[in-house]
Amino acid sequence: MEYLILFWEFFKIGLFAVGGGPATIPYLMKLPETYDWFTMEELTSMIAISESTPGPLGLNMATYAGFSALGVGGGLVASIGLVFPSVVVITLIAKFLTNFSENTYVKAAFGGIRPAVTALIAVAVYSLCRVSLFREVGGQWVPAGKTIVLTIILFLLMNVKALKKLHPAFWILLAAIIGIVFRF
Amino acid sequence: MSRLRDLYFTFMRIGGLTFGGGLSMLPMLKYELVEKKGWVSEEELLDCYAIGQCTPGIIAVNTATYVGYKKRGVIGGIAATLGMITPSIVIITAVAAFLAQFMDNPWLQHALMGVRAVVCALMLNTVITLARKSLVSLVSAVICLIAFLLAMFTPIPLVVIVILAGVAGIFMEILRAGKMGKED
Repeated sequence: MEYLILFWEFFKIGLFAVGGGPATIPYLMKLPETYDWFTMEELTSMIAISESTPGPLGLNMATYAGFSALGVGGGLVASIGLVFPSVVVITLIAKFLTNFSENTYVKAAFGGIRPAVTALIAVAVYSLCRVSLFREVGGQWVPAGKTIVLTIILFLLMNVKALKKLHPAFWILLAAIIGIVFRF
Repeated sequence: MSRLRDLYFTFMRIGGLTFGGGLSMLPMLKYELVEKKGWVSEEELLDCYAIGQCTPGIIAVNTATYVGYKKRGVIGGIAATLGMITPSIVIITAVAAFLAQFMDNPWLQHALMGVRAVVCALMLNTVITLARKSLVSLVSAVICLIAFLLAMFTPIPLVVIVILAGVAGIFMEILRAGKMGKED
């Protein structure tokens, strides 16, 4: 039964995450509200590990989330749930619709969906930053000084032109080393 | 049969050798599918990406299904997709199981706390990139703002927001076409 729920949740994410990897994050963040599969804090590590291992980001996160929920079988079920809608939709499009992406109404619908997905990801990033950069102490959010400083420094460095080409895995490794050295 | 095996292993190699998914996967797809195998032309591959951006799900998976279907029908689409998801499942399950063993290790805890900062910075960057790409007109900016406010301050499910945004996109297109009709 648990596996069925897991499959259904990731099926829904696969069906409504338009634009791939990052678009799954808003939905993943809603899961801890209903299930005790993983916490918001664990989601941050999941994103980091998914970015620094091979394979598509969305798929890696689904496997990780499924593994946290129900072990090895959970990872398998969540990934298959995630790709199931894609396989069905793409097969139907390949079979019946030529020029699907040229259709005026399809273009118009996705012209509306894309900015909305950007907004959903922005909200997700806000919540993610809140749990990472602040600590809840006795019902109040207290800023975690070191983490905030490191976030700002890394963000600025990433946007230096000469460093833009560097892979996310490099920054993740660097932050992990800084975390160990400065005892975060 | 050998064709199916070929599809499976080709996409397994692509999934296992690329980091991140989405656009970062394009050079690898081009090399394997266009240059090495000659399964699709470069135009078809770019079309595939266009379709992938206006269909649900992970773009890498959508491409795998599409190419697999074109080569070998429904079963080909499934074989290619299974190939694409295999490395993620294997690698992430191994990493997650390994990390779960060492969760109490203080070094790992410090490292993961440092990683939180970098994930915030990376995700902020993602939002900025997405906003640049998806906010292309006044209408898209308004849709983005409304979706942001709804996701932030109301309990409306994310799925409903995505569907409403699609409907809004179609509605704006009908309005625009109607206006042009009148002017004629």
